[in-house]
Amino acid sequence: MLIETKGLKKTFKSRGKEVEAVRGVDLAVKEGEVFGLLGPNGAGKTTTMRMLSTLIEPTDGHAVVCGHDLAKQSAAVRRDIGYVGQEGGTWGEVTAREELVMQGRLYGMSKKTALARAVEVLEAFQLGEYADRNVKTYSGGQKRRLDIALGIMHQPKLLFLDEPTTGLDPQSRAHMWDEVRGLRERGTAIFLTTHYLDEADALCDRLAIIDHGEIVAEGTPLELKKEVAGDVVLIGVADQAAEARTLLGDKAFVREAEAGAPDPATGVALLRLYVDDGAAALPELLRALDTAHIAPASIELHRPSLDDVFLKQTGRSLREEH
Amino acid sequence: MKTLLDTWLVYSRAMKLNLKQPVWLVVMLIQPLYFLIFFAPLLNGLDGAPGFEAGAMETFVPGLIIMMALFGSTFVGFSLIAELRAGVIERMRVTPVSRAALLIGRTFATVTTTLFQALLLVVLAAPIGGLTIYWPGVFLMLGIIVLTSFMLGALSYGVAIVLKSEDTLAPVLNTFVQPIMLLSGIMLPMALAPAWLQNVADFNPFYYAVEAARSLFEGDMGANAIWQAAVYIGGLAIVLVWWATRKFARAVA
Repeated sequence: MLIETKGLKKTFKSRGKEVEAVRGVDLAVKEGEVFGLLGPNGAGKTTTMRMLSTLIEPTDGHAVVCGHDLAKQSAAVRRDIGYVGQEGGTWGEVTAREELVMQGRLYGMSKKTALARAVEVLEAFQLGEYADRNVKTYSGGQKRRLDIALGIMHQPKLLFLDEPTTGLDPQSRAHMWDEVRGLRERGTAIFLTTHYLDEADALCDRLAIIDHGEIVAEGTPLELKKEVAGDVVLIGVADQAAEARTLLGDKAFVREAEAGAPDPATGVALLRLYVDDGAAALPELLRALDTAHIAPASIELHRPSLDDVFLKQTGRSLREEH
Repeated sequence: MKTLLDTWLVYSRAMKLNLKQPVWLVVMLIQPLYFLIFFAPLLNGLDGAPGFEAGAMETFVPGLIIMMALFGSTFVGFSLIAELRAGVIERMRVTPVSRAALLIGRTFATVTTTLFQALLLVVLAAPIGGLTIYWPGVFLMLGIIVLTSFMLGALSYGVAIVLKSEDTLAPVLNTFVQPIMLLSGIMLPMALAPAWLQNVADFNPFYYAVEAARSLFEGDMGANAIWQAAVYIGGLAIVLVWWATRKFARAVA
């Protein structure tokens, strides 16, 4: 295990009030995996990551990171981890090469080694042609690549990425995902925080969902989605929504049926049917509607998403907050 | 060893940033030059008067240099806030870099630019203000500038890391630095002060710095103010560096 935590807690004091940002987190991250911490803003993701990367001290609890006790051997932890914060880590009138070499030397590399490694890293992150330009001239995507390059300059076993794609355009975001996958292929474990459902789903081998400072679910994206069970069929019906709900809800393979309120503009109400196997259920549902002379306005087959997992665990949707 | 190397690395980075914006080195000189050109001539008639026994310029210029060191070093915290916001400090704090080096390297860079400015001001004051330069005294005075700048640089970085905002940093530092400047007799010697003001000034370490700088300019190398300034400002520097280093180690950016 690269990370193992037991009852990790952080309480901040702010204007005399105590705020429990993280309330007893138990996590395990394995070698070589991409582990995601998914949750809304203010859930405690960044605070958890800051504790694990030695930036702040836990109020309570215990953690082992890369085989070192977080509380007692923070210097050893620092040598083995890389960290890329939300704000990045560069600014203004410095060049990528200067920053990379300095970073390498802070990790104890000789000037020669640091220079050679900087060239390697610049190449790997397609920053070669901008290497000697001031970082203030960089685009968002270039800057983000440099941030990550700085984080892996010393070839850490474990890289922390705090909201790696927040604020990036879709193309840079796709690039970033490729970079993360590439790092994993080369054996670096990654611990990332995100509030993007698709990112957690597409990128993470395993993830934990955090809300109000507590882990509410942990597993592979597939496992988590299976817990919610089955598929969701959404059928839009214009006038006979109540009838259709009764008709379809009575089918043995429909676990649950809900009718939404009709859309004020179109009069179409959305039926939500929870079924085990959407592909098998769909023809049967349509046949039943046809027999009853109800014409559906829209049909959608919906695989459960991590948002459904979040919804089930917390009663709220992650999407609503963004 | 590691701390020394780290200090050097942090220092070189800060110096590189300073040199890429050479305009700052000059901007800090403008205020003292205004004083030298538009205020100093008012004092010329006071040559030999009480408080100006050593000559008007020889009394005024040392104070002016200390003032420049005072303002130049007190406001360096602003550059740190920009770096804090950009995550630079956080990025470095996750590396095994010595926590003391993060502060001391930066503070040395402040000292370097302040020394350069002080030297430039001395050289400029000779033709502009008609100052007689006593070089051995000037070099010893640069020692006092080093201590002053080191102490105030550390203080400014420490306060910046606590406040984390330019909007609060400026008024807080001004509240500190204005009375310190007035109570050090920079503009006019404290010899002119009523007894109560003199008594208050006795508690201001920069009063000794200014007095020491004046003695050294006159060539009075044995004045008490010289060792007093070194002890008071040196002592304060140690305390403030220790305090600011702790702030750097624990900062949550």
